[in-house]
Amino acid sequence: MLGILYFIFRIGNLVSLVKGKNEEESSSANAVNAYLFLLFMIVGLVAFFWYSFAHFDGYNLPVASEHGEVTDYLFWVTMAVSVVAFTLIFIVMFWFTFKYRYEKDRKAAFFADNHKLEIVWTVVPAVVLALLIFSGLRAWDDITDEASKDAVVVEVIGQQFLWTARYPGKDNLLGKHNYKMIDASNEFGLDLSEENTWDDFKSLELHLPKGKEIKLVIRAKDVLHSVFLPHFRVKMDAVPGMHTTFKFIVTKSTADMRAETGNPNFNYEMACAEICGRGHFSMRFPVFVHDSVEDYENWLKSQETWLKQNPDYLKRIPAEKREAAIVKSGIPADSKEAIQNAAVTVTLN
Amino acid sequence: MATIDIHPQTSTHHHDDHAHEHEHHGNFWTNYVFSEDHKVIAKQFLITGMAWALIGGVLSVLFRLQLGFPDADLSWLKPILGGWLTPEGKIDPEFYLALVTMHGTIMVFFVLTAGLSGTFSNFLIPLQIGARDMASGFMNMLSYWFFFLSSVIMFVSLFLSTGPASGGWVIYPPLSALPQAMQGSGLGMTLWLVAMAIFIASSLLGSINYISTVINMRTQGMSFTRLPLTIWAFFFTAIIGILSFPVLFAAALLLIFDRSFGTSFYLSDIYIGGEALPNQGGSPILFQHLFWFLGHPEVYIVLLPALGITSEIIATNSRKPIFGYKAMVGSMLFIAILSFVVWAHHMFVTGMNPFLGSIFTLLTLIIAVPSAVKIFNYVTTLWKGNIRFTSAMLFSIGLVSFFLTGGITGIFLGNSAVDIQLHDTYFVVAHFHLVMGSASFFGMVAGVYHWFPKMFGRMMDERLGYVHFWFTFLGVYLVFFPMHYIGIAGFPRRYYSWTNFETFSGFADLNMLVSVAAIFTLFAQFIFLFNFIYSIFRGKAAPANPWESNTLEWTTPRNPGHGNWPGEIPTVYRWPYDYSKPGAKEDFIPQHIPYSETPESNLPHENELIKLELNNGSINGENKTHH
Repeated sequence: MLGILYFIFRIGNLVSLVKGKNEEESSSANAVNAYLFLLFMIVGLVAFFWYSFAHFDGYNLPVASEHGEVTDYLFWVTMAVSVVAFTLIFIVMFWFTFKYRYEKDRKAAFFADNHKLEIVWTVVPAVVLALLIFSGLRAWDDITDEASKDAVVVEVIGQQFLWTARYPGKDNLLGKHNYKMIDASNEFGLDLSEENTWDDFKSLELHLPKGKEIKLVIRAKDVLHSVFLPHFRVKMDAVPGMHTTFKFIVTKSTADMRAETGNPNFNYEMACAEICGRGHFSMRFPVFVHDSVEDYENWLKSQETWLKQNPDYLKRIPAEKREAAIVKSGIPADSKEAIQNAAVTVTLN
Repeated sequence: MATIDIHPQTSTHHHDDHAHEHEHHGNFWTNYVFSEDHKVIAKQFLITGMAWALIGGVLSVLFRLQLGFPDADLSWLKPILGGWLTPEGKIDPEFYLALVTMHGTIMVFFVLTAGLSGTFSNFLIPLQIGARDMASGFMNMLSYWFFFLSSVIMFVSLFLSTGPASGGWVIYPPLSALPQAMQGSGLGMTLWLVAMAIFIASSLLGSINYISTVINMRTQGMSFTRLPLTIWAFFFTAIIGILSFPVLFAAALLLIFDRSFGTSFYLSDIYIGGEALPNQGGSPILFQHLFWFLGHPEVYIVLLPALGITSEIIATNSRKPIFGYKAMVGSMLFIAILSFVVWAHHMFVTGMNPFLGSIFTLLTLIIAVPSAVKIFNYVTTLWKGNIRFTSAMLFSIGLVSFFLTGGITGIFLGNSAVDIQLHDTYFVVAHFHLVMGSASFFGMVAGVYHWFPKMFGRMMDERLGYVHFWFTFLGVYLVFFPMHYIGIAGFPRRYYSWTNFETFSGFADLNMLVSVAAIFTLFAQFIFLFNFIYSIFRGKAAPANPWESNTLEWTTPRNPGHGNWPGEIPTVYRWPYDYSKPGAKEDFIPQHIPYSETPESNLPHENELIKLELNNGSINGENKTHH
């Protein structure tokens, strides 16, 4: 590689020695660079505006949440302001490099400062930025505000390399969990001595209602992950050892979105946005948004509680509470087998 | 070429003791290897930095192959990558993360911190302030060799069978703390931490030297207000480094404790590999705070020297004073201060208290103001100039262009509400690669072209410089501009592949374009490498002041020896930006020319200063007050 370059370069050098390099040549090189900057400016801006308009649908992700519309609006306002500023400065700068290219007989202006000018271009960006900041901060305060009491609560748990969701069941309260209780079946680490866990259920797909506030409670089992719901403009890290939350209202059901995009196979997706290891790129979690709160509630009703699916764990529940757990988890009262099994284990203990 | 090579004091006989004292006595080892001469150390930093840049660039091309050509069979890389290729000829997903991690670490720390500051702070501070050498040549030498040792350790980690550190250059625990979580968090991570600890020691030794040299060793007349902007930039950079790197050291130390001694600073409630770990009560967020307390100032550690270099080059080649010298210094100072109070804008959606998010949004967008001022000042410096497009000037203009393009997207990311969607997407990748990565890289390259004649006494080839610039300039835009679109579409960073998601199924075309441009840009750097090596040995001999510049380094001999000036150190009488002064014969008046010699161009208040010059007695070389 370097050898070839060396060869070409030597030839070029010899040729220029023969021709005799003089000042004219270097001033023509100067002009070439000046014209190239001008060309770059024009071609660059044309390409930028052409692609941005022609491929708008390619990069603009449809938005499907209430706060997402606000942050998208802010995004595009910021975009408008910055594109104007960028384009102006870009043009001015490359125009200057072109217009003021070296000429032998010209002398540059001795222009060392101008306080008025400097104050203007300090104050103008400061004011524009202040406006952007304050509209941004207002949106941020709303987004990060406490979720309302009747919000739908769903817990999302990240682990290498998959997501699971836990729903609070009829009581709308997520039961306690403890990472030390995690085992092959009890992947949530449910602390079954606490009654709120009894009607919790697991889902391998995130089901959400349209038009009702949702509060995601987010945690991680092993390393950092990050809940990313691109269409809802939702992103929040999943952190081992703490709960993070994000509240939002979905405005378009999966069916709405299929109609809007004209893609009958459209599905919402959740991704991981924080590097978490080998399978980081594969942590896809399907998301389904029901058309109405009723639909969503019907789906909730159709789900079996975790305890019902894992009746063995009844034995972890103190005997005096076991009857209540059976009722709350929806284990059929006539399925004596499970209950007896549990009782036997306890006696043995 | 009309060059000025005036030494008001060279004819004097006294005070030449220094010249004797600093003549070359040493052997090969003391002159070129364990040298305490700032110029040699600068070259050592430069060459090590260039080697790292090449490695970092090659790593990025490897992962761009995966992203741009996900179906390609890369079996031909088997001789280099060996077991890191899957049987189907694909890059292993975990090795992909190792590539991303090492690319970031190498570029940020080894190239743009050590390679940039190490080279130009070392080279220019003594030469431009008029000093014989650094305050402590020995510490300076140690600084390089610590860096070298750190480099060796980091380099060795690339060849471990479990791979180098792979958790991203930010090495967030628990991923980086648990070998169960990924292979790279084993020995690779240990070596990463050891290498960085040594690197921090190197950086601190360097910074202490830069600061004490700038404060104490300026030549007579070189007041702070007459310092070239390069020196101001290096000075602020060193202060930022001293205040922030120890915090990274603390973060790394606590991580070492968590990894090896069972503490729980960053770990809590972890169930991994079928086992619940005993650690409780720690917080991964704590690490992020500590990391970014360095991590954000680090952005300016990387950027400020490049901006300083650019200020000098743009003024020289526009043949104009830099516009708003005081505003430039002020905005650098302001940036330096604010850089310490914006770190948590990297953490808006990490689970940090949202109230902090509001505060950091506010502070972050304030830092945009001095940055904007700097851009306006550069553009105004070009206005009504008489611009000479040297290679260095082209790269400096390129820097301003990148700084503008990449800086403006910071307004999106600094705004917490807007950042929710953009955080950890390719929009961020585009932003920081332009504003910090490419801009600083261009500053570094511009500096090499500009000061090469002083470093090696020869000129680099200008035509190759032009070709190098245009290929690289276009290449960089083609690599990073499309990433904005990919980022707006929500594509997350550090993804090995996007095919698992319908949402991220597009943009195969743009990703391919980016990869092709990246390969192209890497190859363009070989033009530079060739030019650099060729010119060291075969370049045209450099005139004393090839760019007709005002700063002091051009008053030294063509190949300055140890001690820089054979005789007296010149006294400084004016600021460094007297370009195209009305009335002056030439379009530049170097700093060591007294006002008494330029009555035709003096401004009224400068005529007043002539009396002071005479009172000093220094004008006739009777420099009795000095030394």
